[in-house]
Amino acid sequence: MITFERVSKRFEGGHDALRDVSFEIGADELVFLTGHSGAGKTTLLRLVMLLEQPTRGRVLVNGRDLSRVARRGIPAHRREVGVVFQNHRLLFDRSVFDNVALPLYIAGYDHREVGKRVRAALDKVGLLRHERAMPLTLSGGEQQRVGIARAVVGRPPVLLADEPTGNLDPALSAEIMTLFEDFSRVGVTVLIASHDLALISRLRHRIITLREGRLMGAPA
Amino acid sequence: MQRTRVSHRLNAWVRHHRLSAADSLRRVLERPTASLLTWLVVGIALALPVSLALSMDNLRALGGRVDSQAQLSVFLRPAVDAVAGQALAEELGQRADIATATFRSREEALEEFRARSGFSDVLGGLEDNPLPHLLLVVPRDPAQAAALAAEIGALATVDEVILDLAWLERLRRLTELGARLVLVAALLLAAGVLLVLGNTIRLAVEGRREEIEVTRLVGASDAFVRRPFLYSGLWYGIGGGVVAALLVAAVFAALRGPVAQLAAAYGADWRLAGLGLIDAFGLVLAGGALGLIAAWLAVGRHLRLDPRG
Repeated sequence: MITFERVSKRFEGGHDALRDVSFEIGADELVFLTGHSGAGKTTLLRLVMLLEQPTRGRVLVNGRDLSRVARRGIPAHRREVGVVFQNHRLLFDRSVFDNVALPLYIAGYDHREVGKRVRAALDKVGLLRHERAMPLTLSGGEQQRVGIARAVVGRPPVLLADEPTGNLDPALSAEIMTLFEDFSRVGVTVLIASHDLALISRLRHRIITLREGRLMGAPA
Repeated sequence: MQRTRVSHRLNAWVRHHRLSAADSLRRVLERPTASLLTWLVVGIALALPVSLALSMDNLRALGGRVDSQAQLSVFLRPAVDAVAGQALAEELGQRADIATATFRSREEALEEFRARSGFSDVLGGLEDNPLPHLLLVVPRDPAQAAALAAEIGALATVDEVILDLAWLERLRRLTELGARLVLVAALLLAAGVLLVLGNTIRLAVEGRREEIEVTRLVGASDAFVRRPFLYSGLWYGIGGGVVAALLVAAVFAALRGPVAQLAAAYGADWRLAGLGLIDAFGLVLAGGALGLIAAWLAVGRHLRLDPRG
């Protein structure tokens, strides 16, 4: 589902964020991406979201070579990749419902369909009673779950998460991870960047480790 | 990924236009003071050149009326009597290059002068009619008027031919210059409107930067991001156009009375032409178009600053 073929990313100024990274993630897999901060986790996710392009190598998502996606094709690609951000990136001037509905409005669903899908997503993350609440009135964990609902509401085949438990206590973090496992179980490809080794080693999933832009333990 | 059919996409497109239009209008109305100020700035900037252009139109209409009456005043020598004058008028009227030639006797001329000048008391005191007989000659081709004047002026019975084209020419040149000035003013003020609206939209974009980034991250196209701002520009522009139309209407309503009185004092039946309904509508449309262009320019600059698309 997600394939990296000898991908390198060098930023202007000569910093190598990723060096010769190759891996493959299957359609129903949940994979953790770990490493110190600055190891290249975020860069790797940004390549999948087409926020960056690799300096060398190829990234394929859902069989599509991202280097061949034209500028006008980028929005459609992003609608196939749900993203959960560490700082949630919710819009505080609108309700929980409207935050979650945003991808659906962009994709052009009609009112009734939006309502149905948003409520299903909110129900999944256990926030159905808060649909009218404003995000600022919610706790950090709840805000993160709104972010997750927004990421999955369009039923994307790929779900990315950048430090989704970064600001949460262990119990809440475990809860969030359980949610991701549920999505993986229904066939969504999940890639989670996290440095919470204690948490992710308890969960039995593949772990990809980056160190200074290189993949650890990769076949040479 | 859902395969979207054409009708589905069209519906979605229409729906987003409706949403954007309503949402932008709500945002404009949510801050009435700021929006009203913007409308006033745009309205005044649009009303100025439009008022000038209307004034020029009125002047030109006035000039046109005089122009169509371009004629030679042929004053006959005092020795020429009415019968000879009449005969000359008929003779001239036969010519191919003359449209009409009318004989106006000195008595008629005095009568008319008395009626129109308001000097009847003074004229009544005159013992003698100081006016000569007069022929009013209208040339078929106004461009030939000067040559014709010279030719007629050479006749033995003719004292003087007055062809007052000079002031007509001056009026025409002045209205041309005025039209050019109006055009320049209109261009400058339109540029001003673009800058003011562009800046307003730019501030709106700044204020919603986070929203723009998030919507792009979850798959919004450039058009989707741009749309609400284009509508904001449209609303500002249309509001400005409405203000401009009202201002122009108010200015001309205030001027109409005095102008009518002035015209009456000159014995002219002439009315100030104001802004018609269609012109007013055009003004509102022009405002809307300026708003759209300003928004397009302002948002276009900012879309490029976003993470690499």
